[in-house]
Amino acid sequence: MSVNTASPPGTTVAVPPTGDLPERGRRRRKRRWAAWLFLLPWLVGLFGITLGPMIASLYLSFTDYNLLGRLSFVGFDNYVRMFTDDPRFVSACLVTLKYVLVSVPLQLAFALALATLLNRGLRGLAFYRSVYYLPSLLGSSVAIALLWRQIFGGSGLVNTALGALGLTDLPNWIATPEWALGTLIVLNVWTFGSPMIIFLAGLRQVPQELYDAASVDGANAWGRFRRITMPMLTPVIFFNLVLQMINAFQAFTQSYIISGGSGGPVDSTLFYTLYLYQKAFTDFDMGYASAMAWFLLVVIGLFTGAAFFTSRYWVHYDGE
Amino acid sequence: MTSTTTQPAVVRAPAPRPQRRPWRRIVLHGVVLLGAVAMVYPLLWMVASAFKPESDIFSDPGLLPATFTTENFTKGWDALGIPFSTFFLNSFVIAAISVLGNLLSCSLAAYAFARLDFRFKKTLFAAMLATLMLPFHVTLVPQYILFQSIDWTNTYFPLVVPKFLAVDAFFIFLMVQFMRGLPRTLDDAATVDGCGPFGVFWRIILPLMRPALAVAAIFTFIWTWNDFLGPLLYISDRELYTAPIALNAFLDSTGASSWGPMFAMSILSILPLFLVFLFAQKHLINGIATTGLK
Repeated sequence: MSVNTASPPGTTVAVPPTGDLPERGRRRRKRRWAAWLFLLPWLVGLFGITLGPMIASLYLSFTDYNLLGRLSFVGFDNYVRMFTDDPRFVSACLVTLKYVLVSVPLQLAFALALATLLNRGLRGLAFYRSVYYLPSLLGSSVAIALLWRQIFGGSGLVNTALGALGLTDLPNWIATPEWALGTLIVLNVWTFGSPMIIFLAGLRQVPQELYDAASVDGANAWGRFRRITMPMLTPVIFFNLVLQMINAFQAFTQSYIISGGSGGPVDSTLFYTLYLYQKAFTDFDMGYASAMAWFLLVVIGLFTGAAFFTSRYWVHYDGE
Repeated sequence: MTSTTTQPAVVRAPAPRPQRRPWRRIVLHGVVLLGAVAMVYPLLWMVASAFKPESDIFSDPGLLPATFTTENFTKGWDALGIPFSTFFLNSFVIAAISVLGNLLSCSLAAYAFARLDFRFKKTLFAAMLATLMLPFHVTLVPQYILFQSIDWTNTYFPLVVPKFLAVDAFFIFLMVQFMRGLPRTLDDAATVDGCGPFGVFWRIILPLMRPALAVAAIFTFIWTWNDFLGPLLYISDRELYTAPIALNAFLDSTGASSWGPMFAMSILSILPLFLVFLFAQKHLINGIATTGLK
């Protein structure tokens, strides 16, 4: 199983010790029994709704099953078909990869830049922080995806504004294969508020003495950022990177609404999850969709694993 | 220099240091302010457009309606043949039940992990953390088959029952972290006074966990209110639609043509989120800031 666990920086994932008072055995047994009662709902969920279906989907991925007919075992057929006989699968992979690799770094860059600016003793910090965070709160909603559809449409807000500046011959952004994914990337970058808040909290942990010492040594603002802020923030950057990457791999709603469920134009916004949805609930190709789900799990696992593996070369924890 | 590790790290701004170059402050303010305007402009424009006549939406990038009208709201409200109030009520019911389910099931599990002893504790704790990283889509198909086989499609059960089974492990993790910060002497005192584990949980731990419960409640509300894929899969009757699904159906039925009424309903559909944002901002911000950092 390629599931790995992330622990946010600054938290220990050691299981908390349980200091029992010296007690009589009978009482302790009662407590043991109580623990399972407390865990019961979660255990039912773990086995019934998470692990059970996970194993079921692994099994399904080796079958051909359309929800109505008989289920037949086909071995690695689905997996082979994905890579050799399905151009839409390949383009879904490429679209998603582009989306992740472009939007996540941009999002984090904006988040870090704004957090640094806001952290310079600005008056009205709380107000600005809220304003920048608002898009994050609303970003995944259908309402915002609808708004995006209008804004980047042929006669939408963007073109109205550009037209007012005298530009003509403007494209319909969401209907042009070259631009459509770009509008979704812009939407994801626009929601940089929540990583920004995590960065702000991280910046508060950087001791002021370090900056003062650096200033005395003649470091300018850029030098202080390069030599102090960045190294001190690497655990937070790492945490945000993993979090936003996992989110971006699973983006669905925005592309569904903007493309009307099709992933168009010409599959240019066909996110992986949207294609999986089409396969499962339009074509009822449940086996194939399950295989896709497991491949996604492996890819996310690999990306997260790579982040963890390389982290020892660029993430500095306290006292290193 | 005071230590900032014990209190939420986000509430205080550092004292402004005396500046040698005041123009720098002005530039900094200018940049941040301009950025803020750019960020909220699309949202404000959508609100303004909801009060504009249809024809103005496509010609006017401004934030003040030249002609003010509430026609879009009356048009949009009944556009699907069922008043939008039904969809809001549905969304609200699902969100409220989900909040209750998450608070209950996650706090129970968190208490066991933070305070009790049992076999396989380490393994189960690791399993809980592992589910944090699990893409939702891996279980999508079999879950659908499961819920379909017990005839739960077109009901709210598939949307709310999992919440009572603590599937949002994120909140268990959050609560375990919080409980570790509560002094164990309280539990011991209550135990000496004759409380069993349930008494300790109910009378001591839960009341002290209010901040963590608030964060969990707020995020559960936001996530379930915004949820699109879940209701899209399971709900087919119009009467049972949630607000996002209704918006999507509205978009489909008009072929993306009646932007005024659609904007009007869109604004109403994010209004509850905005209210949560206004009234629970401190919890929201601290929740985000402290899930990654103690």
